[in-house]
Formats: sequence, structure tokens, C-alpha cells
Amino acid sequence: MGAKILTGNQTAALAAKLCRVQVIAAYPITPQSKIPEVLSEYVESGELHAEFVRVESEHSAMGVCISASLVGARAFTATAANGLAYMHEQLHWAAGARVPIVMPVTNRGLGAPWTILNDMQDSIAQRDTGWMQFYCLNNQEILDQVILGYKVAERLLVPVMVCFDGFRLSHTMMPVDVPDQEAVDEYLPPFRPAYELDPERPVNINPVVMTDPIPGVDGRLWPGYMGIRRRLQETLESALDVIAEEGRTFGARFGRSYEDPLYRYRTEDAEILFVTMGSLGSEASEACDLLREQGVRAGVVGLRLFRPFPVKAVAEALSRVPRMAVVEKAISYGLEGALATEVKAALYGLNGARPIAVNFIVGLGGKDVKPVDLCEAARRTLSVESHGNAPLHPVWLSNEI
Amino acid sequence: MATALLDLPEKEYILPGTRTCAGCGLPIAYRHMLKALGPKTIVTLPACCLTILHGMYPKTPVLVNAVNNVFGGTAASASGLVAGLKALGKDDYTVLAMAGDGGTFDMGIQALSGAAERQTNFIYVCYDNEAYMNTGVQRSSATPAGAITTTTPVHPKEQPKKDFIQIMEAHHPAYLATTCSSYPLDLYDKFSKARGISGTRFIHLAIPCPAGWGYPTKDTVKIGRLAVETGVVVLYELENGVFRLTGKSLNLAKTRRKRPVEDYLKTQARFRKMTPEQIEAYQKAIDERWEGFLNRAGL
Ligand SMILES: Cc1ncc(C[n+]2csc(CCOP(=O)(O)OP(=O)(O)O)c2C)c(N)n1
Ligand code: SF4
Ligand SMILES: [Mg+2]
Repeated sequence: MGAKILTGNQTAALAAKLCRVQVIAAYPITPQSKIPEVLSEYVESGELHAEFVRVESEHSAMGVCISASLVGARAFTATAANGLAYMHEQLHWAAGARVPIVMPVTNRGLGAPWTILNDMQDSIAQRDTGWMQFYCLNNQEILDQVILGYKVAERLLVPVMVCFDGFRLSHTMMPVDVPDQEAVDEYLPPFRPAYELDPERPVNINPVVMTDPIPGVDGRLWPGYMGIRRRLQETLESALDVIAEEGRTFGARFGRSYEDPLYRYRTEDAEILFVTMGSLGSEASEACDLLREQGVRAGVVGLRLFRPFPVKAVAEALSRVPRMAVVEKAISYGLEGALATEVKAALYGLNGARPIAVNFIVGLGGKDVKPVDLCEAARRTLSVESHGNAPLHPVWLSNEI
Repeated sequence: MATALLDLPEKEYILPGTRTCAGCGLPIAYRHMLKALGPKTIVTLPACCLTILHGMYPKTPVLVNAVNNVFGGTAASASGLVAGLKALGKDDYTVLAMAGDGGTFDMGIQALSGAAERQTNFIYVCYDNEAYMNTGVQRSSATPAGAITTTTPVHPKEQPKKDFIQIMEAHHPAYLATTCSSYPLDLYDKFSKARGISGTRFIHLAIPCPAGWGYPTKDTVKIGRLAVETGVVVLYELENGVFRLTGKSLNLAKTRRKRPVEDYLKTQARFRKMTPEQIEAYQKAIDERWEGFLNRAGL
């Protein structure tokens, strides 16, 4: 099909079409609304054969996707911010039910007070629901990670959020290389559920389970709650390898590999690394170029994956750098950004070889983050002489009153 | 033609030994519902006493496919089943959503209203035992005035039961009916009819609950009958805009032998604190509602 100029939302909708989703449920919320609008057009014009359920809430959107997936349909929805928060109960249910839904999240700040603009508080707050979370640097990654998302989700039976920055990507036109339908069909065959509904062998899906294993009619022991939940964790632990493998295959087919869970920019000789996620990687890369012109050897590590967390890759990428500025658009109130906490935890096993870390909270509620702001973050980080001098609390990088 | 007892299908879809309390009205109703709906039914249900009936992993006594879902999401889950089955070309399943009064009148109302407005092709049954039984008999909006519950322990509930059936009627479903576990044939006929109709079908199912209402377990069938005989529960159906009283309620309308509500109230411990004035007010409300039904039925 070749290159097209698309917004992030158009890209997400097109990706869903290329994946031949069979059930779409959606409820409008800025900045996601264009995704279901474009999909409605595809469905009504006959370009895409799917059941489109125009639900009355996000809680129901996810409810529809879960049950559609359970009977064997490839299900899709998209949301953001309060819509994602409204789904919270269903997000846990979806992961527990092991349904391979793929859901773009156009990252947006959460009320109160209201903002419709971008940050990542919405999806980061859902990190413990059992979903995989992919983050996108640009619109190309949105297209690729939706397709990759279904591939991985259906292999592991774990749902995937494909998170990308509201407005900054969702409403921004960028060139996107769009693969042919046949190529996508070949990479992503139709969804084959793990079991087929059979009236002769009825099942009771997601019933009450006990704490301890109970023998079934066959006399075998069947897992209790912890056993079932441990399997989810084990699957997510194995997911890193599966994503790397499928990401490599993706690269062989489409020319863009997702084997590496990290976006890396000028990291080899860096004395300071920006650690970040999403489209911030672009601003950080620009900041690197500026800093290098001034003689500061800066680089960027951007996480494409937040769940499962690529512990090893992160630790290896950061083990030799003396300083890092963890720059993020979300905060675990009362502590620091979750990315900062998790990156530091990933370095815990490295026997003291850990960079001096400063956590910067930026861009909340759409606050502009310019490369010069990030240069300032780098300078502040470089001025910290030892671990003991690092700021105790995250630094809010904004010229706010 | 009404079905006779001997004409009921012999096939059972609930094996003996469910986990409901002794004397529960729910399995009586469910047994006859599934006889009417058959093996190609897929039921979706939230947390409630029905979940308990469905048993604990890895065993279930229920011989149709079942999908459990969150408390407020039953109609959304059903919408997903309908959409998924349609997308896969599996058009021969009957999608049944079944939730309690709490999961319908209270938390499930949004998803149900949405699904009904979208004219989703499914049967939604609210089985009504007039409180949150699964969590220990707390008040719901379906609890009638005068009832003691664990959250109205000292002062019985003051507000009357929400007229939820009217709310559903305002959605103009393809079929709407009320029934009661004490009249399995009325119930069977309504579910048989509902199965053959497409679009949204809503059925309100009254279920006596010995544990929550405070009466001897042997009296479940009798209590359900008393509810109908006193006009607390009225059996009817609404199809293509035509209202019809059915079964015992039609019979009462013709014979004018409706019994005083006190006959019903005095059988249950939950009403033990009702004052004569409250009973009188309740009687008046029932009589007015009953007159309305007689008018609608042209009787
Ligand atoms: C979101 C949420 N809130 C609360 C509950 C707790 N809960 C489980 S069952 C139940 C009561 C169900 O009452 P009803 O729907 O009337 O069914 P019954 O138990 O009476 O059969 C409640 C409140 C829940 N499961 N989910
Ligand atoms: S609490 Fe009531 S409705 Fe629930 S199982 Fe027991 S008797 Fe049946
Ligand atoms: Mg109840």
C-alpha cells in the first residue's frame, strides 16, 4: 500500500481494519473519538465486516469485547483517561478471563480538574490490571504495535493496550508506511480461540473458584485462585521472549523490527541518558542533539514496553551510564513517577553499578515539553555529584505558578 | 395453548445438587426456563445467587454454556456474546442474560438500558428476590416498603419498590413478561414464546427466598402463589403493544378473588414490623395498580 500521511487515530483505525477485527465496541472520549468514527465508516461502507456495538459506556465497551472474545471473535475498542478509569473493573476481568483484546489508549490526563490534553496518568494507573502495555514513539509504531499486539495477545491470551500520546500523536499527521492487506493476513491469521463453544460439552467460564485446588469429576486437581493467577503472571513473564520473537518476525516481513523493547538513540558513549516513554522519546532525541553540540554526551532510552517490564534490557542499557534523567508524564502521588521507580528496581541486582537518577515529571495535562526543557533536565542531572545529593523527590519541570 | 405439566420436555439442564439454599425458588424457575430455551442457550450472569447455583470451579451442575461477568455488566456481556456469535455466523444460539434485582434495578440498569435501546437480540431475565441476598440480605431498590433487611434493621425500608418493569416497558422491547417461580407452566410458556421472538426480550421473574424473607423452606411455592393471589406480583405479558394478563392473574381478574395483602405479609418475618397503617397503604397501592392492569387488559 505504501506511505500515507495519517493522524495517530486514523492509523489506529486503519490498523484495526488491517487486522480484520470482528467486533468493535466503542464510546467517545477526546482524544480517541476519531478511532471509532473512522471504523464506523469502514463498517458502514462495507470495507470492514465487523459487528459495531455503539455502547452506552466504556464499562460496557470492555464488557462487550470480553464476551465477544470469549466466543471466538477478534475484538477491539479504544479509549482514554476517564473512559479507561471507568473500565477499570473490566480491565481486571479481561486479563483474568485471558481474552486477547487489543485496545489503543490515546493517553490523556485524568480529572479532577478536567483536562482533555495529554499525559500518561491514565494508562500508567492501569499497569497492575494484567494487561500488556505497549507505548508508541510515533504513528508508525501505532500501526505496527496494533498488528503486533494481536499477534502476541492471541498467542499468549493476554490483552494489550497500545498507548500513544493524545493530540501529540492522535491528532498529528505523520507519514506511515502501510503494509498490504495480504501481508498482514499472512502475518496475522484469523483468531482461533483456545476452545470452541459446544452445547454438548458446556462450560462455566470464570465462575467462583476456591482458595485451594479442588478435584474435578475426573478426580484430577484443578487450580484455585492463586493457581489461576500465577499462570497469568507466568505468561506475562514469558511474554518478553514472545514479543521479541514476534517483533523480529515483524521486522523480517515489514522492515521494522520490534525485537528490542527499547528505543535507543545515541546511547553508546553517553554520559547521561534520558529514560522515557512514548512520543517524549522524540523530544529527548532532539535534546540530545542540542546537548551534543554543546559537548554533553547525551542519549535516549525509550521503553516500548511497560508491561511486561523489560527488566534485563533496561538494566543492561543503563548499567554503564553514570547519570540518568527519568522523564515521565505520570506520577504515583506520594512517591515519584512509576517509570523512575521501576527503572531503579531493574538496576537493583547490578551490584552497585547504578547511575545517579533524577526523576522529572513533565507534560501533565498537555503542558508543552520542549527539547530545551529537557536540556535543562540534563543539566540539573549532571550537576548532581553523588547519589546522596540526588533530589529526594521528583522534580516538576514546568514554569507553573 | 398453555403447556400441560406432562408436555414439558424431559431433558434436564440442571443436575441435582445445586448450592442454593434449601427451599430456594431460583432453581425451580431456572430448571423450567432452560427446558424452554434448550441446549443452544448461552447464559451470562453477574455475581449473585445464580452464580452460586452455577457451582464452583471446576464443577457445574448447569448443562448450558455460561459466561460469568462483572456485577453491573450483564447486558453488556450479552451484547458481546450476540455480536461475537453473529460475527462468527453462529446464529442459532439463544443469548440469555440473567441477573438479580440488585444486578438489574440498581447497578445493571445502565448496561441493560443501553442494550435494550440498541435492540440487542437477547433475553434478559431479572430474577427478583427483593434484596442483595448473595451479600447477606441488604436493601436494594427492589425491596418493598416495610421490609426489614440487614441495612434497614431497625426501621424497615420506607420507600416503595422501584417500578422497574415500567422502565423496561418504556424501552419498547420486542417482548416483555412477568412470571413467578411458583407457576412453572406460565414461566415455561413465556420463555418458549420469548425464544421464538427476535430483538430485546425482558422478563421479570419473582423468586421467593426463604433465607432472606424469613419463612419455612417448605413454603416457597406457597409464598410465590400468595404473592400472585394478593396482587403483589401480577402475571402478564406485552407483545406488539398488546397487554395480556396470564395464568393465575387472568383467573383472578375474571373471578375478582384477589386476596388481601396481609395474607401474604404475615407469612414472612421481614414484614414483622409493618404497622396497620403501612399495610393499609400497601393494600391501597396494590389495588390501584391492579385496577390499572384490569383496564389495560380490558377486563
Ligand atoms: C462492583 C461490585 N460491587 C459489589 C459487588 C458485591 N455483590 C456481589 S453479589 C451482590 C448482591 C447481588 O444481589 P442481587 O443482584 O439482587 O442478586 P441476589 O444475590 O439477591 O440473587 C453484591 C452487592 C460486586 N460483586 N461488584
Ligand atoms: S439467599 Fe435466597 S435466593 Fe439466594 S440461594 Fe438462598 S434462598 Fe435462594
Ligand atoms: Mg436479589
